[in-house]
Amino acid sequence: MGVQILMPALSPTMTEGKLSRWLKKAGDEVKAGDVIAEIETDKATMEVEAVDEGVIAAILVPEGTEGVAVNTPIAELAGDNAAAAAPAPAAAPAAAPATVASLPPSLVPTPVIAEKEWGETKPITVREALRDAMAAEMRRDPDVFLLGEEVAQYQGAYKISQGLLDEFGERRIIDTPITEHGFTGMAVGAAMNGLRPIVEFMTFNFAMQAIDQIINSAAKTLYMSGGQMGCPIVFRGPNGAASRVAAQHSQCYASWYAHCPGLKVVAPWSSADAKGLLRAAIRDPNPIIFLENEILYGQTFDCPTNEDFILPIGKAKIERAGSDVTIVAFSIMVGVALKAAEALAAQGISAEVINLRTIRPLDIDTIVASVKKTNRIVTVEEGWPTAGIGAEINMQVIEHCFDWLDAPPVRVAGLDVPLPYAANLEKLCLPQPDWVVDAVKKIV
Amino acid sequence: MAQTETRKRGKARPTSNQALTKEELLAGYRDMLLIRRFEEKAGQLYGMGLIGGFCHLYIGQEAVVVGIQMALDEGDEIITSYRDHGHMLACGMEARGVMAELTGREGGYSRGKGGSMHMFSREKNFFGGHGIVGAQVSLGAGLAFSNWYRRNDRVAVTYFGDGASNQGQVYESFNLAALMKLPCIFVIENNKYGMGTSVERATASHDLSQNGAPWGIKGMKVDGMDLEAVHAAAEVAVAACRAGEGPYLLEVETYRYRGHSMSDPAKYRTRDEVQKMRTEHDAIESVRHKLEALGVDEQGFKAIDDEVKAIVTDAAEFAQTSPEPDPSQLWTDILLEG
Repeated sequence: MGVQILMPALSPTMTEGKLSRWLKKAGDEVKAGDVIAEIETDKATMEVEAVDEGVIAAILVPEGTEGVAVNTPIAELAGDNAAAAAPAPAAAPAAAPATVASLPPSLVPTPVIAEKEWGETKPITVREALRDAMAAEMRRDPDVFLLGEEVAQYQGAYKISQGLLDEFGERRIIDTPITEHGFTGMAVGAAMNGLRPIVEFMTFNFAMQAIDQIINSAAKTLYMSGGQMGCPIVFRGPNGAASRVAAQHSQCYASWYAHCPGLKVVAPWSSADAKGLLRAAIRDPNPIIFLENEILYGQTFDCPTNEDFILPIGKAKIERAGSDVTIVAFSIMVGVALKAAEALAAQGISAEVINLRTIRPLDIDTIVASVKKTNRIVTVEEGWPTAGIGAEINMQVIEHCFDWLDAPPVRVAGLDVPLPYAANLEKLCLPQPDWVVDAVKKIV
Repeated sequence: MAQTETRKRGKARPTSNQALTKEELLAGYRDMLLIRRFEEKAGQLYGMGLIGGFCHLYIGQEAVVVGIQMALDEGDEIITSYRDHGHMLACGMEARGVMAELTGREGGYSRGKGGSMHMFSREKNFFGGHGIVGAQVSLGAGLAFSNWYRRNDRVAVTYFGDGASNQGQVYESFNLAALMKLPCIFVIENNKYGMGTSVERATASHDLSQNGAPWGIKGMKVDGMDLEAVHAAAEVAVAACRAGEGPYLLEVETYRYRGHSMSDPAKYRTRDEVQKMRTEHDAIESVRHKLEALGVDEQGFKAIDDEVKAIVTDAAEFAQTSPEPDPSQLWTDILLEG
């Protein structure tokens, strides 16, 4: 019996085409791979190769015919092998045999970390908190290692990794050449193979060299592999404006990364945030963007001394309770918000300050509960306003509790310009406590 | 049902550079033929509208992955670009799961969420299947890094094309791999064209096998249409990597018979050029001639043909009957618990 040769689709979008030329005629023998016809699509003329072997019994669509729909029979093939290789009609999906892709047992789920009272504290710098977090997790898990520029012998460009080389050796504290794209890809590959890298970017500005590996490889592969290929990795380093380093070295990447499913984005403010969240990030089985701030590195905050201290990712913290307005901030802007709250208190306005801690997933529940109490919201961020974190939070507030709002949501953000070098101009660009005070007073 | 089994005989071979035995040639012939028939079927299903998007066929290049796979051991990692169907079949992944991924069905290796360019198998140490040209080279260095970190003796084979060989991160990865002496075999599958641009028009380097030379990476040019030559070269590279000598670069000269993807009319080369490669240098035909000389008769070949055809027919059937993924799958596999 014969088998029909169908009009093929030759591009992702082709629905019909012109059968411009037959290179075989009835009676000709064809072998797999022989060019049998030429077809014109809207873009190009393509050759059609035979898949089956046999003798052409009949040409069903003559050459020169236009508008031949995909899957129309165009010729008939006779041959003993043809029947076996006949293209089956596209069957409607039916109940299937067992699937072949089984899930690996190796991806150990991490227990949910609860927020609780940790007791005794002592003052440490954010810098020390970050180092202590890495050291604690490296002692706990031999698969955790740190790599980046100047992290080992130089002890860290910002001295975050001070002392780690001595304790853990050069196989686990690894100096890389200045090749963000390459070493980020290498770390992502190591994570796919089950290790738990911490990648230190000297600043997040340089991670733009590597953003393809972060988004396309680290964030998307779990999904594209149907859950087989996880990527437990932490990308960390200073983010946002430092001081007088101008536009290329002063940018907040929170909204860039928060845009992408497959990533978690964490932004600590205090020493406790830094230590507790970095430990959680290192244990997390997903790719984490951990946005630090250079100006905060030297600041001192009380931090729990408990050896097991850890904080949950995805949970915001109310740093100051209040009743008249909710101020939401992250990273260094939490300090700005707290100063504003103090100034507002002196003027009789009670502000509640929320430290986001995690930007993705956003703890919208904590924000909404606060807004339902205060009926007003002001967001504060250092980054640009357009498509920023404030835009996202305020939109979600509108979605979740529009009826509780007594005033339009307000965002305070960095000015919509590349950050200038001159001291006076730079200061004019970055949110100050009085910007927040003014914003609040417009709606209270 | 295991339809394709991993061929591993790297350690069984006492010396390098020797010709393959009749049994090995038969196994190689069968694996290459499986890839070719699988790809022809994929092309056919694409033509029927059952496979969507981009679909890059491996027809013509079969000897590259089959020859290299024969030199590897279980546990060695493999990673490649988007022209990946042959690599998956060569490392023992099931034809059914690969074909069902091409049709975007639940039974596919990525449950229909990856497609032709994005498939993975932890079990077979196949790390994809990557759609960004050159990205897999840094990732492959990372696979090798994990072997270095764990002090095991596995090697990571990182395949990429002549087109990708111009990407900056390839050279960043060469530098890292050479600095750290990572057990990474970089394989440039030079099929002469990066999409429609010939290697001469894209690359100032005239000998891609020497592209790692500034970093001290040993390189070898290999005839990719000759299974035995590919295998012999791979044995040398694997031995060097396992011995801790650091990375190795193989430039394997090969040829793809089809267009860059299904929608490429391939007007940048002549039909004569393609025809000449197919008739005079086809790797499968060449192994077939060797086997004929070793006494394999028509019946012997027919048995292999029939086996391969049955696997491909079954895979195509499975790929059309496996259900489409449930809409609930949209929201799974974005993040792991924790």
